[in-house]
Amino acid sequence: MKVLVPVKRVLDYNVKPRVKADGTGVDLANVKMSMNPFDEIAVEEAIRLKDKGVTEIVVVSIGEQKSQETLRTALAMGADRAILVVSETKVEPLGVAKILAKIVEEEKPDLVILGKQAIDDDNNQTGQMLAGLLGWGQGTFASKVEIADGSVNVTREVDGGAETDTLKLPAIITTDLRLNEPRYASLPNIMKAKSKPMVNKTPADLGVDVTPRLTTLKVVEPGKRSAGIKVADVDELVMKLAAMGISK
Amino acid sequence: MKTLVWVEHDGSTVKDATLSAVTAASKLGEVHLLVVGQGVDAVATAAAKIAGVGKVHVADDAAYAHALAENVAPLVVELMATHDAFVAPSTTHGKNIAPRVAALLDVMQISDILSVESEDTFTRPIYAGNAIATVQSSDAKKVITVRGTAFDKAATEGGTGEIETVASTGDKGLSTFAGSEIAANTRPELTSAKIIVSGGRALGSGEQFHALIDPLADKLGAGVGASRAAVDAGYAPNDYQVGQTGKIVAPEVYVAVGISGAIQHLAGMKDSKVIIAINKDEDAPIFQVADIGLVGDLFKIVPELTEKL
Repeated sequence: MKVLVPVKRVLDYNVKPRVKADGTGVDLANVKMSMNPFDEIAVEEAIRLKDKGVTEIVVVSIGEQKSQETLRTALAMGADRAILVVSETKVEPLGVAKILAKIVEEEKPDLVILGKQAIDDDNNQTGQMLAGLLGWGQGTFASKVEIADGSVNVTREVDGGAETDTLKLPAIITTDLRLNEPRYASLPNIMKAKSKPMVNKTPADLGVDVTPRLTTLKVVEPGKRSAGIKVADVDELVMKLAAMGISK
Repeated sequence: MKTLVWVEHDGSTVKDATLSAVTAASKLGEVHLLVVGQGVDAVATAAAKIAGVGKVHVADDAAYAHALAENVAPLVVELMATHDAFVAPSTTHGKNIAPRVAALLDVMQISDILSVESEDTFTRPIYAGNAIATVQSSDAKKVITVRGTAFDKAATEGGTGEIETVASTGDKGLSTFAGSEIAANTRPELTSAKIIVSGGRALGSGEQFHALIDPLADKLGAGVGASRAAVDAGYAPNDYQVGQTGKIVAPEVYVAVGISGAIQHLAGMKDSKVIIAINKDEDAPIFQVADIGLVGDLFKIVPELTEKL
């Protein structure tokens, strides 16, 4: 059984994003970039499924040349080989989904596991779009994945609790935070990852038009909240609350 | 522009998230609703009364009982032949279904909009709300999800929508519903609660979380939320999570108890009208956004506060 895991290089989640003064976007020059945290969970899940019938994990990233670092990280975690689709311009989720659909056509995986959203654009679209384009089932926001015979049971984090759906394979899964805790790559595995295969492609090679449909007109900082007051004790807090009309 | 708004419901009542989506859609043009499910007559009747709605399309079929995206998306795509925009609230159903619809229509979705600037231009949060982007869509049809806290709720009465039955597009046989664990919650729903009491990792255990947070919430008639750290540690169920990837809330009053205030958490609650923070670390980032802060031991403060309120 083969699993495809798309990964995205994003601003590290510990770095506070800074909006560029000219309003064109967020400043990504000289800041730490990492694998999207939800994608790390996706890679980890694929590795854990190796005890349960998964024989090969292919990771793919779409983005600038530097995304190969992200792919190397995935390889060091335990993926087997990598595909980099190089695009120096930003590719929207719809374009990414179309590229992935072409790669699925070539690679014929049984399962594609993606992060539910990238923490830069916060779109939460790619997995669902890919499922739509392929006509596959989709198990989004997964907190538990169990492979069965010809199907997969996905427990999903939904409003109000959890829901389990059974999907016919091949299928799409998108990961939520509590699916697993991703491993750190060990030094020997980081060394080993350097010799794992990685091929480069372009959207044009795959015959996909990635012309953006959305134009970003401007990016601004949100309205700032300023710190208020500190109260000394509970009595003072109760008084303040009462003044706002909250007593009971 | 003719819009088709996804009606979020629980099988008998229309959820508040729908009402914010209706307001957003009304800024684009004519508002039509889509009620999908099994045995949803009551929902359709209630939906038709929402102020300002035109047609209410109702698709009632066993294939739609659990709103599986694989079955629902083809139905929406069919209806989009006669509508210009599909508008869904940013609920788990909305987020699950809308992008599948967008891909089938070959449209780039605009997620989680905060405002409608014009028929094709919207604002939306990126980087956990640390930046707000204004985006313009060149697609002929629009697929949009709506952040509930950013739009007023449409009135639930006064509308005279016309109910129209839509034929089922059937079960696509890709997925089946196998079960759910929906926690019975008698407290106000987070996304519509006027007051929220949220607990963090400092509560130390699930028992202490409930022993301290629940009575305070009950006293205030508040909904209960949690930080990611508290949910990850198992102190509270996943649907309590407030933050970038959890629920986005904007109550009148948000009480953060033992929450340090990671940017991912702030992203989910910083639009609250009044923020109250209780934390033993006076340098905790939560105090930078709090209107009222109290530094101290939450295990002493919270019971005392519950008692004195």
